[in-house]
Amino acid sequence: MGYSIAYLSLVVLIPLAGLLIRVSAMSWADFVRVAFSDRALAAYRLTFGASFIAAAINAVLGTLLAWVLTRYRFPGRKILDALVDFPFALPTAVAGLTLANLFSQTGWLGQFLVPLGIHLAYTTGGIVLALTFVSLPFVVRTLQPVLEEFEVELEEAAATLGAGRWCTFRRVVFPALLPALMTGFALAFARAVGEYGSVLFISSNKPYVSEITPQVIMGWLDQFEYANAMAVAVVMLSASFAILITINVLERWASRFQR
Amino acid sequence: MSIELRQVSKRFGSVSAVEDVSLTVADGELVALLGPSGGGKTTVLRMIAGLEVPTSGDLLVRGERVNDVPVQKRNIGFVFQSYALFKTMSVFDNIAFGLKIRKTPPAEIQTRVDELLKLFGLDGLGRRLPHQLSGGQRQRVAIARALAPRPSVLLLDEPFGAVDAKIRQELREWLVRLHRELHVTTIFVTHDQEEAMEVSNRIVIFSRGRLEQIGTPREVYEQPKNEFVARFIGVLNVLELTILNGAARLHELSFPAHGLPEGQTLRIGFRPYAVQISRNLQEHPYLAVIRHVYFLGVQLRLELETPSGLILRTRIVKDEFLRQGLEQGSSVSFQIREYRVLSTGANSLSPEVATVHSAANFAEGI
Amino acid sequence: MAQGISKGPRVAMNSKSRRGIEEPEFIRRILIGIAVGFVGVFLLLPLANVFAQAFAKGWSAYIQSLQQPDTRSAVQLTLLVSAICVPLNLVFGVIAAWAVAKFQFRGKALLITLIDLPFSVSPVVSGLIYVVMFGAQGYLGPWLDSKDIQIIFAVPGIVLATLFVTFPFVARELIPLMEAQGSDAEQAALTLGATGWQTFRHVTLPSVKWGLLYGVILCNARAMGEFGAVSVVSGHISGVTETLPLRIEKLHQEYQSVAAFSAASLLAILALITLGLKTWLERRQATEQALGQSDSPSSHEH
Repeated sequence: MGYSIAYLSLVVLIPLAGLLIRVSAMSWADFVRVAFSDRALAAYRLTFGASFIAAAINAVLGTLLAWVLTRYRFPGRKILDALVDFPFALPTAVAGLTLANLFSQTGWLGQFLVPLGIHLAYTTGGIVLALTFVSLPFVVRTLQPVLEEFEVELEEAAATLGAGRWCTFRRVVFPALLPALMTGFALAFARAVGEYGSVLFISSNKPYVSEITPQVIMGWLDQFEYANAMAVAVVMLSASFAILITINVLERWASRFQR
Repeated sequence: MSIELRQVSKRFGSVSAVEDVSLTVADGELVALLGPSGGGKTTVLRMIAGLEVPTSGDLLVRGERVNDVPVQKRNIGFVFQSYALFKTMSVFDNIAFGLKIRKTPPAEIQTRVDELLKLFGLDGLGRRLPHQLSGGQRQRVAIARALAPRPSVLLLDEPFGAVDAKIRQELREWLVRLHRELHVTTIFVTHDQEEAMEVSNRIVIFSRGRLEQIGTPREVYEQPKNEFVARFIGVLNVLELTILNGAARLHELSFPAHGLPEGQTLRIGFRPYAVQISRNLQEHPYLAVIRHVYFLGVQLRLELETPSGLILRTRIVKDEFLRQGLEQGSSVSFQIREYRVLSTGANSLSPEVATVHSAANFAEGI
Repeated sequence: MAQGISKGPRVAMNSKSRRGIEEPEFIRRILIGIAVGFVGVFLLLPLANVFAQAFAKGWSAYIQSLQQPDTRSAVQLTLLVSAICVPLNLVFGVIAAWAVAKFQFRGKALLITLIDLPFSVSPVVSGLIYVVMFGAQGYLGPWLDSKDIQIIFAVPGIVLATLFVTFPFVARELIPLMEAQGSDAEQAALTLGATGWQTFRHVTLPSVKWGLLYGVILCNARAMGEFGAVSVVSGHISGVTETLPLRIEKLHQEYQSVAAFSAASLLAILALITLGLKTWLERRQATEQALGQSDSPSSHEH
C-alpha cells in the first residue's frame, strides 16, 4: 500500500502537480494569449476534428469487425482476431513511417490513389488515417465481450415477433451495444487526441494547417518556452480528464440495464 | 387452427434431438410437452416456432406445410424461459414491439397495449424498464408481448421455471384462466409432471427425443403406455417377478402367471393407491410394517416394509390413518388391488404396451 | 457465390441452425469480406510494407544500415530502458493490483483512476511534466545542475518518462483477475497456517500468472516503442539519448529510407512477437479455464 502510493506520487502526482503550479504562476492574460492563440486554436480544431473522424470511422468498422469476429466462423478468423491488436503492439513511429510511405506517390497504395487525386500522405487526410490506425482496437475490444454475452434469445424473441434481421439489429441489438460502443468511441477518441508519434511522420507539420496539439507543445519546447508549452498542455490535460469522466459516466450508464 | 407434426426428426450434427415425432394439436387446446431435460421437447417447440428447421418430416399449420416459412412469417407468440425482455425498452415498448414491426397505426397500438396491460394486471407499469419489475411481472410482460400481435398459437418454454415455488402456483392458475378467456391455442414445455397435469388439457410425453404417449392428464396417469410414462407421471411401485410353480412370484408376493412359462421373468407396476392396508392383520393376504410416514397435507404417503425386506409405497387419507389408529412402526396387512404388466422376460428393455389387471378401475387424484 | 446461396447457409447447418436469426449467406460473405479487406489493407499491408522497404536494396543494405553505430546504440538504449522499466512496473503493478483487489481503504477509487491516468494523458504531456520537474528551468533543475546530475536530455529522463507511460499495463491486467478470484482461497491458506507472504507466493500469484505475463508483454512492447514522451525528454543526441523509435525519426528526416525502415523492422518484429505471445497466452488461459471447469463436476461426483 504505502509503496504503491509512494511510487505513484513519485512518478505521477508530484510531476503533475508541478506542472499545474507552474502554469498557475502565469498571469491569466498570458495563459489565454498562449493557450488560445490562433496557432493553438487551429491545432485544437485539427486534433479534435481528426480524432473525432477517426473515432467515428472506428465506431463503424469496429462494430462490423466485432460482429464478424463473434458471430461468424470462417477460416482465418483467429488470425484476424489477433491482428486487431496489432496497432497496440506496433510502435507508433513505425506505424507513421510505413503509412506515410504506403500512401505516398510511389507507395503501394499511393501509386493508385494519388493519380485519382487522393492524397493521404502529408495531408490532414493522412492524420485521420494515422489516428484511425492507432485507435483501431478500442471499439472492437470493448464490443466483443458484450456481443459474446448477448442473449441469443433476445434476437429470437424479436424474430418471433416478426422482426427481420436488420430491424432486429437496429432495434434490439444496437441499443444494447450502444453504451459499450460509446465507451469504445470515447477510448479511441482519447487515444487519438493524445497521439503524436505516428502523426509526426505522415503530417506535413505546417503550423495553422496540419499541426496537431502535441506538435504545438513540442514547438514551444524546442524554443525553450516552457511556460507556453505548459499552458497548451494544461488545455490538453483538461480535455483528457473530461474524456476520462465521460467514459466513467458511460460505464455507469451501461450498467443501468443489467439486472 | 391446428398444428400437425408428421414424422418430424431433428439432428444436431451426430446428435439426434428429436426422432420421428408425429402429433396434432387442435384449435384452442392447452397442451403440455413434458419430459426430462434433454428429452427433445424444447426442440419440438422451437421447430413449431421456426427457430429450428426439422432435419426430416413435415410441419403443418392448417394443413399447409410450413417447414420453409421463416420464423418472422409464422405468426406465433413465443415466450422464452429467460423471458428475453428487451432491456433497453419500457414495458410498453416491449409489448408494442410486434405491433410496430407490423406497422400498426399508433392509436391502435396504444389501445391494444393498454388492453393487455390491464388484462395482465400491469396497469401503471407501462413506463418501467424490465429490470424494475418482479419475476412474476416480467413473465406476464413476456406473455403479453407474445400475445400482442394476436398470434395464432402461443408457445411457452418452461414458463414457470424461473420463478420461485410460491409464485409458480399462482402463475399456473393464472395461465389456465388466461387460456380460458383468450382461447388461443397454447403449447408449453415443462419438466414438472405436476405442472403438466394441473395446467393442460393434453400432455405429450417425451423421452430421449421420442414421443412416449399423448393423452389427457387422466389417461397418462391411469393408462400409461409403458414403464417410462408410468414412472414419470406420479409414483410407481415396480416389482420384478419370476414364474415359479405356476405363479409370478417375488418373495412372499405372488401374482397370476399370465400364461408365461416357468423361469420367465416379468415386471409389474402399481400406483401407491392400489395398495390397500388394514390394521386387521387377517384382512389382507400380506403383512408389512409402516417404516415411514410422509405428511403431504390431507394425504399421507407410507413406506411399507414386508418381512422379506421389500419396500412398497402407498397412500392413505389422513382421516382414515387416524381412524385406524395407525402410526410409524405399526404392523398392517395389505393387498395390491390392481397392477399392470410393464414387460416380460426377453423384451424387458423395450416396454410393451401395458394392460391393466384389476377388478375395478379406481380413480384418485395424484 | 450463387452455389452458396442455393445450398443455403452451409456453415450454419452443421451446428445449431438458428433460423430467422441469421443473416443471409451473401450478407455474411460481404461482411466478412469487408472485415478481412479492412484488416488486410489497413493492418497487414503496412506491416508488409515495413519489410519490403527495409529490404528494398537487398539484404546487405539492410544489415549494413542496422550496423550503423548510432542505430546499434539506439537498440542498446531501448533494451536498457525496457530492462529497467519492465521489472519496476511489474513490482508496482502486482502490489497495486493486490492492494486494490484485496483490501478496502479510503481513496481506492482515486488510486484506480491514478493508475489509469497515463493511458489518458498525451505522451507529449507526460514527457513535459518531467521537463518541468527536472529540466534546466524546472523545480529541481538548478539543484541537480549544481550536483552535476543530468536527468532531462539524458538516459534517466528517458527511463522516467517510459516508466510513466508504461506503468498501468501490469496493474490494469491484474486488478480484474484478482477481483474475480475473490479472497476465499487466500483465507483458506491463512487458516491453514500460511504466512501472508507464503499465501501471496503460493496462492495469489500462481492464479494470476497468465494475466501477469500478458501485462508484462504489453508493458514491454510499449516501453520499447514509446515515442512521444521519450521524444520530449531525450534531446535527440544521436548515439547517446536516442531510442530506436527516435532513431527512426532521425533517419526518416535524413531521407535514409532503407535505414529508417530497417530500424522499423526490428520494432515490427517486436510487435509480431508480442502479438504471437499474447495469442498463445490467451489460448493457454482458455484451455486452463476449460480444464478447471471440466474438473469441478467430476470432483463433485466422489
